[in-house]
Amino acid sequence: MSERLYPVTLQVNGERVEAQVSSRQTLVDFLRDSLRLTGTHVGCEHGICGACSILLDGEPVRACLMYAVQAEGCSVTTIEGLALPDGTPGPLQDAFCETHALQCGYCTPAMIIASHALLEANPDPTEAEIRDAIGGNLCRCTGYQQIVEAVQLAASKLAKGPK
Amino acid sequence: MKPVAASASFRYIGKQRRTKEDPRFVTGRGRFVADIALPGMKHVALVTSPHASARIKAIRTETALTMEGVRYVLTGEELCANVDPLYVGVDAPKVHRYPLARDVVRYAGEWVVAVVADSRALAEDAAEKIEIDYEPTPYILDPEKAILPGALLVHPDHGSNVLFRRKFVWGPVEEDFARSEHTLSFRARWGRSATVPIETFGVAAQWHPGTQLLDVWASIQMPKFPDQTARALRLPGNAVRVHFDVDVGGSYGVKRGIKHTVLVGYLARRLGMPVRFIEDRLENMRGGDMHGPDRIFDMTVAFDADGTIRSLKIRALDDVGAYAGRSPLQLGKPVGAIVGPYRINSVEYEPISVLTNKTAQEAVRGFGQAPTNYAIETAIDRVARHLGMDRVELRKKNFIAKDQFPYLIPSGSTYDSGDYVTVLDKALDAVKFNELVATRDAARKAGRLAGIGIATCLEPSGGNSAFEPLFNPKNQTTTWMDSCLVRVDISGAITGVMNTSTSGQGHETLVSTVLGEVLERDPDSIRVVHADSLNALPSNSPVGSRMAIMLGGAAAGAAKKIKATLMAIAAHNLGVPESALEYRDGNVVPKTGAGKGLTWDRLVEIAHRNFHLLPKGMEPGLQAKFVWEVPTGGGLPTADGRIQMYPCYSFEAHLVLVEIDPLTAQPKILRYVCGHDCGTMINPSIVHGMTYGGIAHGIGAALYEKFAFSDNGQLASQTFMDYLMPSALEVPAVDIVDHCTPSPLTEFGQKGSGEAGYLGAPAAIASAINDALAPLGRSIDELPMTPLALWEKLQGGSTR
Repeated sequence: MSERLYPVTLQVNGERVEAQVSSRQTLVDFLRDSLRLTGTHVGCEHGICGACSILLDGEPVRACLMYAVQAEGCSVTTIEGLALPDGTPGPLQDAFCETHALQCGYCTPAMIIASHALLEANPDPTEAEIRDAIGGNLCRCTGYQQIVEAVQLAASKLAKGPK
Repeated sequence: MKPVAASASFRYIGKQRRTKEDPRFVTGRGRFVADIALPGMKHVALVTSPHASARIKAIRTETALTMEGVRYVLTGEELCANVDPLYVGVDAPKVHRYPLARDVVRYAGEWVVAVVADSRALAEDAAEKIEIDYEPTPYILDPEKAILPGALLVHPDHGSNVLFRRKFVWGPVEEDFARSEHTLSFRARWGRSATVPIETFGVAAQWHPGTQLLDVWASIQMPKFPDQTARALRLPGNAVRVHFDVDVGGSYGVKRGIKHTVLVGYLARRLGMPVRFIEDRLENMRGGDMHGPDRIFDMTVAFDADGTIRSLKIRALDDVGAYAGRSPLQLGKPVGAIVGPYRINSVEYEPISVLTNKTAQEAVRGFGQAPTNYAIETAIDRVARHLGMDRVELRKKNFIAKDQFPYLIPSGSTYDSGDYVTVLDKALDAVKFNELVATRDAARKAGRLAGIGIATCLEPSGGNSAFEPLFNPKNQTTTWMDSCLVRVDISGAITGVMNTSTSGQGHETLVSTVLGEVLERDPDSIRVVHADSLNALPSNSPVGSRMAIMLGGAAAGAAKKIKATLMAIAAHNLGVPESALEYRDGNVVPKTGAGKGLTWDRLVEIAHRNFHLLPKGMEPGLQAKFVWEVPTGGGLPTADGRIQMYPCYSFEAHLVLVEIDPLTAQPKILRYVCGHDCGTMINPSIVHGMTYGGIAHGIGAALYEKFAFSDNGQLASQTFMDYLMPSALEVPAVDIVDHCTPSPLTEFGQKGSGEAGYLGAPAAIASAINDALAPLGRSIDELPMTPLALWEKLQGGSTR
């Protein structure tokens, strides 16, 4: 007896996606397993580490705490959606490379998602505001310092524009 | 960006350069083990023990086997009959360990049954329908009770709970104690924590019946991993192919994963289907076997009224949990830096490794050195307090001086180089120490609790395995080599091949920078690939802060062979002696500047295409391998247990200001400066990043992180809501002050830095907390110093 499937329609990285999902499939499993968007990572599956962060209608949310069916009608942006059209790193991603704001790279996509949401809302954040914005994302490699530097660098570059 | 010491003579080394790895990760294009989808792949979920100790009476799998998508249910009975026990690091052959329990369980969370199904969700559904009858049996959790005669035994066949115990005496300990004007004793505890990477452990495996080959993709950082997997699976070494090109989502020591891989490898072969197991967080925390050292130190120090520290007695009781892999050896590595950066004439060291009914211990960043550094630094602070001496002055008084290197310590290791006073002074300047003291005192005057922490300690680097023969005389391993293969193809492009996986250390950047430096070619044009274990040269994986030294050294060695080949081809074709030529930017030109030379492109073409132009006897093509033994390695311990442990010794000096909220007992770090000397830095961004990360991890170990067990042996901190890791809000901005004392033992003067920060941060935080408590006449010598523990201390409660 197979699980019952439900239709869901959403936008993922600007493209319309229609799918049939089981009611218990989390959004992060849907993105990773069904759409093969493996840039979003699974860390704790209980909403603490933030590694699965995506943008849901522009807001950073934990994709492990949502079911795929709950994303009906929503617009989802993953790390894959933040690159430039040719696939090269966008300005914030480039800033992460410049300051070496990562090591193993596992929490990195979610850190960039959280930082991106911050800069959209607040293009000139203070260090405290940056730390607050990434405060829900755990990193075991960096001690956060070079991440803070990356967001500061991206903010200053974006302020100079145009990009 | 910070200036880099002593990098002027290098072209690429020590320069601020982007890494090779970052672009793929920032765009979400890393390839982690959970990203690997093999056609027809099946998924594993586990049934684990709810008891700390129990007999397994019966396992009923019938219902589970009828459920949707279920392919197999594996019990310990079948698995243990078909695989060999996992490696034990000490001489304890009857402490058998298998991926699944058979007959008895020895800790809560131990794996008992593995269910294989078409999806992880279906495997979990079926796992819930496995019925196991247990008969709970008595258990032992207290390591001090576990070593007593007549204690309940975790492994009765072993005859004791003690895995390793020896009292080493190096130098005239009793004489030095008798001669000293003062002694003091204290107990310090290091709580059970770990590195807890954000990626759990995972492995995927596929058996190919046609070629009798097992392919393995795993999130690992482990020496001898392919060999141990093959041996446990009773396969020849060349029947297991481990793919080292899997990106590892953090490890810092713990990603050993041998039991995971033996389980999945067995299943893949048994079922003839690709199988994967990705731990969920609960499986990881309880049964991933990645808890770190859990130690009780009994310390006695002998010293004079002027602050001269003469001798040290250290008893270290380490609770390794229910099984032994390499964990007892974590008491062995600190032998190589057992006196820290100090001139201490003699040492007595009694490491005791003990079994209890808890999750098994595994290697954690520093391999036992951070707890030992914490104990030593606590001793130094206590001596200062006892004598009323300044903590900085006491350290300086006892530091090994710059002109005393190479310096032989009582336990047999020679420190390569260092300038401890200068590094500490630079840190003191950077933190403006007088102002820091004034800030602390002003806070105290205003009624707040404030303290300054100091820690000065060593990071032994260049990971060797000398603790293996020291802790197990049957193990005569004296090499811990690493290797690099370099190829220059017909287009002139350079490829470096490394022979292990990477978990964030930037090895591709390391190898390309070193090859670029030696061959004078742009590192950005050099590709670095990870071999698989069947086409790899020998490697012992990136443990023990070794890769800058060992992989960097191997890459340099291989590149120098390429350079020598190009010089020989040029001399042969130009008809002049090599001594008349020089290598410049990849071309070979006359030293005089006048006359003909040969370009890189032409030399490469000759090597690949023109055998008639090669010197007689030269191999065609352009490739070189270099396998490097650890410098100073190769020795066996003396009868009294002296041995050269690691070759190179990095130094760090931490200075911290902490305030404790008197109402909530929440500590807040207000200032953090770390003076750091790891010799020549290959890539400063990478070194700084690892140091920042190590400090953050050390803050966690000092203040928040603990695998706590309840009185009935249940892991109480199973989730990230209970096991607290510092976020960007707890970790402060850190200033790193670089210094460079090159190592005389390495190609570019580099030392290791993979454990930097973590080796001193817990000691520094503890020092600051105790300085804050000192005006109250209280102290705390147990990590982590949680807000609750501090609050109890502020209420005047017990020291426990």
